[in-house]
Amino acid sequence: MTERSTLDGLLSRREVVICAGPGGVGKTTCAAAIALHGARLGLRSCVVTIDPAKRLGDALGVASLTNEAHRVDIDPPAPPGGGLWALMLDTKSTFDEVVTRYSASPEQAQAILSNRLYRNISGVLGGTQEYMAMEKLYALHSSGLYDLIVVDTPPTRHALDFVDAPGRLMRFLDNRVFRLLMSPTRVGLRAIGAATNLLLRAVSKVVGGAVVNDAVAFFTAFEGMEQGFRDRAANVSALLSDPRTGFVVVTTPRREAVNEAIFFADRLAGSSDRVDALVANRMFPSFGSLPAVMTAALTDVPGQLDVPDGDRTASNLARSDVEATARILTDFEQISSKEESHISELAKRLPGTAIIRVPFLAADVHDMGGLDEVQKLLFAVS
Amino acid sequence: MAGKGGVGKTTVSAAVAYLGAASGLDVLIVEVEGKSGLPELFGRDDSLAYEEAVLLEAGEAGPGSGAVRARTLTPDDALVEYLDGRGLGKISRRLRTTGTLDVIATAVPGIKDILVLGKVKQLEVAAAASGSPGLIVVDAPAAGHAVTFLSSAYGLIEAAAVGPIRSQALEVSEMLSDPERCQVMVVTLPEETPVNEAADTAFHLEDRASVKLTPIVVNGVWPRVTLPGRLERERYGLSPEEAARIEAAVEFRLARQDLQAEQLSRLASLLPLEQVQLPYLFNVDLDIEATRTLALELGRQLERPQP
Repeated sequence: MTERSTLDGLLSRREVVICAGPGGVGKTTCAAAIALHGARLGLRSCVVTIDPAKRLGDALGVASLTNEAHRVDIDPPAPPGGGLWALMLDTKSTFDEVVTRYSASPEQAQAILSNRLYRNISGVLGGTQEYMAMEKLYALHSSGLYDLIVVDTPPTRHALDFVDAPGRLMRFLDNRVFRLLMSPTRVGLRAIGAATNLLLRAVSKVVGGAVVNDAVAFFTAFEGMEQGFRDRAANVSALLSDPRTGFVVVTTPRREAVNEAIFFADRLAGSSDRVDALVANRMFPSFGSLPAVMTAALTDVPGQLDVPDGDRTASNLARSDVEATARILTDFEQISSKEESHISELAKRLPGTAIIRVPFLAADVHDMGGLDEVQKLLFAVS
Repeated sequence: MAGKGGVGKTTVSAAVAYLGAASGLDVLIVEVEGKSGLPELFGRDDSLAYEEAVLLEAGEAGPGSGAVRARTLTPDDALVEYLDGRGLGKISRRLRTTGTLDVIATAVPGIKDILVLGKVKQLEVAAAASGSPGLIVVDAPAAGHAVTFLSSAYGLIEAAAVGPIRSQALEVSEMLSDPERCQVMVVTLPEETPVNEAADTAFHLEDRASVKLTPIVVNGVWPRVTLPGRLERERYGLSPEEAARIEAAVEFRLARQDLQAEQLSRLASLLPLEQVQLPYLFNVDLDIEATRTLALELGRQLERPQP
């Protein structure tokens, strides 16, 4: 095994840490453990979770959607000045807040909030949840209330990436086809062009004119707010590329997860050198190979094991013990070397990135005690 | 196939496909997210595309066995085909490049899903008409979304969508609610969160999508080993270090094994569904060997007499 890396030093460089990676690898746990470490260092530390597993959410006191950070009791308590806060992102109300803040009048805000297309956005439009997580991050960061903010990200299976999310949402809100359609006075009907007309007629034919009307109403209501949104998205993007923001890619050593982690890390590394570390979570421990004396015993003829009294029953029993031990050790050794080979492949693809191995624990992490354990493993606290 | 990300849904899809082929059916695997490690599970390294690719030749899974083919079917693909079929092929590219498709999909949630399911239905009907009905395995989106995916038809029918989409939705709902034509297999792991999510998914699927569920598949179950008795160090001539690591390994195995057993019985009490338990494969990387092993095990358990 290579020299043991840890996340030490991460929190002295970064004010924002984003945990990214495939679904089901323990991103929330890692994010919470990093925030917990920050709190123990005396920082005011906040973790933004997206969809924590129920018991972990309960442990953090975020069992339901709350857009307000909530203080979590930790034991032993954080040093004076420090503390741990947690919140579970509510995508819908985060978006509502943004709309309300940027609309010119309460009427405009109401027109948008009650539009059917708008009501579907947070649940349906890809990237909205990612973008709102970044919005929330931006709001928390500029509030100045926290020294450290750790963000868990939604599990993505698509190439779609939260780094692209602001751009995706902007493209949606800027949609040219509908903008042209709703402002005939400015552009002139003829300028819409035959192609656009054909497009919208086809759309009406397939999904009905009501949908087109809804869309037009939505873009009309949105009129004038694009600039605010564009500025906002630019601010969020700037925070993401700020050197105070770092990324931690989390994965498990399974092959599919490793492939996805490579993809994530490539995407992030393309824009910056801020992938601080790669966490290989839930690595099987290896307990070494079968001791030579036992290997020898296994090749013996049944019943011939060297046992003191030569009692046949006792020796058979002993043999089954040796076999069971062999099975257990070999299983662990095989799986662990397979996982190690996946991780070293990952290491080769990401030269210079620290790889932190977190062992598969004997029990799953559902409570503060488990978070303590993960925190210690990530930061080499003893 | 429905299940949370990371539970091995693709692995189990491959095993089901292999089992189907081994029993003489021609199998088509449809990957709806356009990205998959499926070919590797059949020992191939090409990636999946819109065009069907053969992953397993007829006869490869034994005498008289069928073939396994696979393709992707993303909502964009399905829309292009749908519009092509209505003489609107030329505008489909513009719908995508101008972002109009995103606007429509947001305005009418479920429309992407219904286009995909509509295409699956069309493949099913075509196969039945050809006289050799086979098996279509749809690798559905991750758990929460699987419910939305499969209930999209009902949502659209209720929303009284017009014309072509409505009739598409009606036909899809007919297919989904007919257990002779379609059943849903939920895949999970013997761990707390996956078990909770699988139970939720199963109930939601029955309530909202009126589909029949097959036995639930629990993937990655550690084969129970009989634990060795406490090894007497002197008797085997073990060093204290050797004895200690053996003890640690045994304890770890026992702790994890017990945790899994607890989750399996919790799943049984949450969900009145037959369980199929597939073994965790310690000794192989996921390849065609693993697929075959899991398929055989799946077949053995599905065929055992039902109580």
